[in-house]
Amino acid sequence: MYSITSREDLASGIYLFKVEAEDIAKKAKPGQFIILRMDDKGERIPLTIADWDEKTVTIVFMEVGKTTQKLATLSAGDSIADFVGPLGQPTEIESFGRVIVVGGGVGIAPIFPLARELKRKRNTVISIIGSRNKDLLFWEDKMRSVSDEIIVTTDDGSYGRKALVTQPLKEILEREKIQRVFAVGPVIMMKFCAATTKPFDVKTMVSLNPIMVDGTGMCGCCRVEVGGETKFACVDGPDFDAYLVDFDLLMMRQRAYLDEEKKALEMWEKSCPKS
Amino acid sequence: MPEKLNLNRVPMPRQDPKVRRGNFDEVALGYTEEQALEEAGRCIQCKKPSCKEGCPVNVDIPEFINAVRENNMREAVKILQSKNSLPAICGRVCPQETQCEVKCNLAKKGAPIAIGRLERYVADWGRAHPEVTAEREGQSFSIVDKKVAVVGSGPAGLTCACDLAKLGYAVTIFEALHIAGGVLMYGIPEFRLPKEIVQSEVDYVKSWGVDIKLNQVIGKTKTADEILGNGFEAVFLAPGAGAPMFLGIPGENLSGIYSANEFLTRTNLMKAYLFPEYDTPIKAGKRVAVFGGGNVAMDAARCALRLGASEVNIIYRRSKIEMPARAEERENAEEEGIIFRLLTNPLRFIGDDQGRVVAVECYEMELGEPDESGRRRPIRKPGTEFVTEIDTAIIALGTRPNPIVPSTTSRLKLTKWGTIITDEATGRTSRDEIWCGGDMATGAATVISAMGAGKRAAVSIDSYLKSG
Ligand SMILES: Cc1cc2nc3c(=O)[nH]c(=O)nc-3n(C[C@H](O)[C@H](O)[C@H](O)COP(=O)(O)OP(=O)(O)OC[C@H]3O[C@@H](n4cnc5c(N)ncnc54)[C@H](O)[C@@H]3O)c2cc1C
Ligand SMILES: Cc1cc2nc3c(=O)[nH]c(=O)nc-3n(C[C@H](O)[C@H](O)[C@H](O)COP(=O)(O)OP(=O)(O)OC[C@H]3O[C@@H](n4cnc5c(N)ncnc54)[C@H](O)[C@@H]3O)c2cc1C
Ligand code: FES
Repeated sequence: MYSITSREDLASGIYLFKVEAEDIAKKAKPGQFIILRMDDKGERIPLTIADWDEKTVTIVFMEVGKTTQKLATLSAGDSIADFVGPLGQPTEIESFGRVIVVGGGVGIAPIFPLARELKRKRNTVISIIGSRNKDLLFWEDKMRSVSDEIIVTTDDGSYGRKALVTQPLKEILEREKIQRVFAVGPVIMMKFCAATTKPFDVKTMVSLNPIMVDGTGMCGCCRVEVGGETKFACVDGPDFDAYLVDFDLLMMRQRAYLDEEKKALEMWEKSCPKS
Repeated sequence: MPEKLNLNRVPMPRQDPKVRRGNFDEVALGYTEEQALEEAGRCIQCKKPSCKEGCPVNVDIPEFINAVRENNMREAVKILQSKNSLPAICGRVCPQETQCEVKCNLAKKGAPIAIGRLERYVADWGRAHPEVTAEREGQSFSIVDKKVAVVGSGPAGLTCACDLAKLGYAVTIFEALHIAGGVLMYGIPEFRLPKEIVQSEVDYVKSWGVDIKLNQVIGKTKTADEILGNGFEAVFLAPGAGAPMFLGIPGENLSGIYSANEFLTRTNLMKAYLFPEYDTPIKAGKRVAVFGGGNVAMDAARCALRLGASEVNIIYRRSKIEMPARAEERENAEEEGIIFRLLTNPLRFIGDDQGRVVAVECYEMELGEPDESGRRRPIRKPGTEFVTEIDTAIIALGTRPNPIVPSTTSRLKLTKWGTIITDEATGRTSRDEIWCGGDMATGAATVISAMGAGKRAAVSIDSYLKSG
């Protein structure tokens, strides 16, 4: 069992847990993820490592379905049955020069350790963080502390600039030469980030989030197509060169179990009516 | 004893095919006491028993059968357990027909003793009498002050760990998944090998003081080198050969196309057949095509049927004789209504606008000259392409070694297939303090061969640590 040492409600439907997992904390690098299983009947779900200290690993998750909703009912002192990692390849981080990191929605969490490490490697870090509205935004301060420049957007303009993240992205690329872009968030956002940077030909890395089971290369559920080749995101990724990724295929594969997910969620909500 | 030979092998009672295709309960029901005694009574107790030679872990077969004949089950359990720490598993999944039973002197007369069924009977009796299996005459815990690590808790890892623990070592198993047992848990379906049985065999290994640490991906959470630097004096690598192979044809990444590993893992390990009680979903659909001709293909096809498919086709590019699956499993599948489309090979998958597979295009094959495997090479028959509608495809082409362990362990020599170069007799690798066995050393093989490798490595590790 892996015990939750603290919980923070970051934004509407977005929660942070610190989980005691010393082995993983010692090894974690930006871009890697864990897989957890809440209990004996639970599904294995991947979540990116958002931070770590000596003994704990921080995860940030958004309520979208049964497992994440169930997870949100836990508090400090509770525990999670299984917690394994760090999985996947770490993000490649060097002294590139000037870089942009884009985090959309819950994707703001994984870009924090990335931006911090980029900063440590003496890059000039320009961060763009965006969400649908003010209530869904979090970690602006944390991101500011590791960025040379930060732009906050909301889709509805309830906070920061009313824009999609791709707009400031384009403006910065027009304004100056950037050596690398990293984008983490919903697939559709990553797809449009790739389309935005493409004309400027700046190497752009995205973190792919297909459905996974084991996370160790054993099942092939997480297959994605990159440059026409099949890759297993859990072991070959999750980071890939955005210009080579087949985003449409990824989105279709993510929808493989919509009916089942709906059913599971309905049954869960019925058995445990929230507020 | 000039008795007349009894050539009436006692058949195994099984669930009716029409019933069992709709449930995940065990297909083979096991002998009753009467049946076991009758079958054991057929054994002629040869002076020079050759059955033993056929067993990769040298179970004292005539001796345990004799104990059954005398209805001394306690003794039978002891004899079996002294060589085999997982008898209830072996009695269910070993290919006895190519191992011990083929060597039985009665095999020449077409009626070898049903050694596997008797092994299962004895092991199940033992499980029902835990006070017997728990007896530890003259053996004690951790008397040797040395720590050994085992990577992977499949049959190779469990056997090696148990044997070393019996010798008094402090053994820790590091397992990547959240449940111990390897393929026994995630691959082989419940109806062939109930998970409760695997669990009780794992518990038996633990009862010897073996510490099983779950959720430890060696190569990620820690490396084998780090384990060695942390007080362990020897490591046995047994991570299996778990990486699935795909066909490499167009459309293979459409939704609804699974590797057999994924399909079986969802079903067995994650218990998707109990969705929504269990959270992990699976989509078997109505029309299923399984590609491949081995045991894994049979298992996947039979699971699909039990998940509610109305038509399951096994598509295999050679003919029935070349099928690597055990005859028994093929027959079980046939009885349950699985359709075999032989000499057929897929060309491409066809999807709808949602990216879901809706059909597969195949072509027919014919057999030509034998290839390097000695089997006749399948050749494409031109102009035979046809399209079949399907909801789900399962690719069961086999697996290869997962590179996570070999690529993160320093100075290990590998073969071109990615298996770790290992001395077969001892399990030693190119590094002094590292041993390897099971599918990672041999490529996908059998439960019992993995166990044999675990045993030999335990002996070798023991002599290395004693001399060191
Ligand atoms: C490498 C990786 C890192 C991720 N990091 C984060 C993160 O830091 N924070 C976060 O909130 N989310 C993250 N996700 C997504 C997260 O795993 C899913 O939101 C979660 O699995 C949904 O589970 P559910 O039961 O609540 O929802 P469901 O109702 O089961 O599913 C909702 C949607 O989530 C996706 N999903 C479902 N099951 C899985 C699964 N087993 N594996 C992956 N995706 C699945 C599907 O696209 C599905 O349509 C990450 C995914 C991947 C692959
Ligand atoms: C569907 C199916 C049906 C089969 N049916 C039969 C049958 O009827 N009879 C028969 O004799 N054989 C059968 N086999 C073959 C048999 O199961 C294997 O040969 C045998 O399990 C190999 O044992 P192993 O101990 O080498 O590896 P495995 O059983 O594969 O176990 C390896 C273990 O190591 C773990 N592991 C992997 N990587 C790591 C890592 N990096 N760190 C920590 N742990 C790790 C895995 O999670 C797993 O638990 C079947 C195989 C399959 C897939
Ligand atoms: S999640 Fe199973 S191989 Fe990637």
